[in-house]
Amino acid sequence: MDRIRTFFSSHKKTAVFAAVASALLTGTANGLFGGGGGMLAVPAYTVLLGVDERRAHATAVAAILPLSTISAAIYIANGNFDPSFGYFVSGGVIIGGIAGSLLLKKINTKLLEFVFYGVMLAAGIRMLVG
Amino acid sequence: MKAAILYVLAGIAGGVMGGMGLGGGTLLIPLLTLFLGVAPKQAAAINLVSFIPMSVVSCIIHAKNKLLDFKKAFLVAVPACVTSVLSSLLAQKVKGEAVTKGFAVFLIVLAVSMLASRSAALVKDAFAGLSGALNFPRAGKR
Repeated sequence: MDRIRTFFSSHKKTAVFAAVASALLTGTANGLFGGGGGMLAVPAYTVLLGVDERRAHATAVAAILPLSTISAAIYIANGNFDPSFGYFVSGGVIIGGIAGSLLLKKINTKLLEFVFYGVMLAAGIRMLVG
Repeated sequence: MKAAILYVLAGIAGGVMGGMGLGGGTLLIPLLTLFLGVAPKQAAAINLVSFIPMSVVSCIIHAKNKLLDFKKAFLVAVPACVTSVLSSLLAQKVKGEAVTKGFAVFLIVLAVSMLASRSAALVKDAFAGLSGALNFPRAGKR
């Protein structure tokens, strides 16, 4: 991973080209699945463009905002947003989002990451076979 | 229609992960579809809608803390906007089940690659720590 980083830091044009390519993938995934674009945008920032982890997360959120807004509008226009329970979930997300941002300063996320990716793997398998 | 509290709880779980920058949508969408029986495209729409207020708030906080790189945000946002319009329109045409299967593959690939890279980093750290303790100054460095 370090070698990849060193390569891109000395080949700036290639890095920008690769970042644009991964941005195209980010948009595709985010629109098609309705989320998950950030999972692709963060590594593009850290690995390709040499942005540190914290700045990469912050910048990825800003980059995803316009495309999520456009995608949300398309989904709503096609009648895929059900306000009868959608607003309950959104309310929960806002409460959880604030709690998560505050927690981030206090806990070690390393162990949590392992649990999270384990859950992701299990959910993926369940969705594939279910 | 399940109890409202279950939807709120699913939202909180996704929101906590999202707020910590670990990928809220990748948790929220499976929670809604697998446990609450929400249709795949409904879950996608809820995630997209929920992301907007949360990220506006976090962008303001990040901008104040000078963690936002606007130039690099545009570099990713502009090309991503083009493909996200196309893929969102495509998602309206395909079956919900196809979206779920595609998302499942996406989750598995990401989870495996993240687990692999995190484990590699952990092993490397352990070796660096060990060689430091045993006083081999060159080992563990690359």
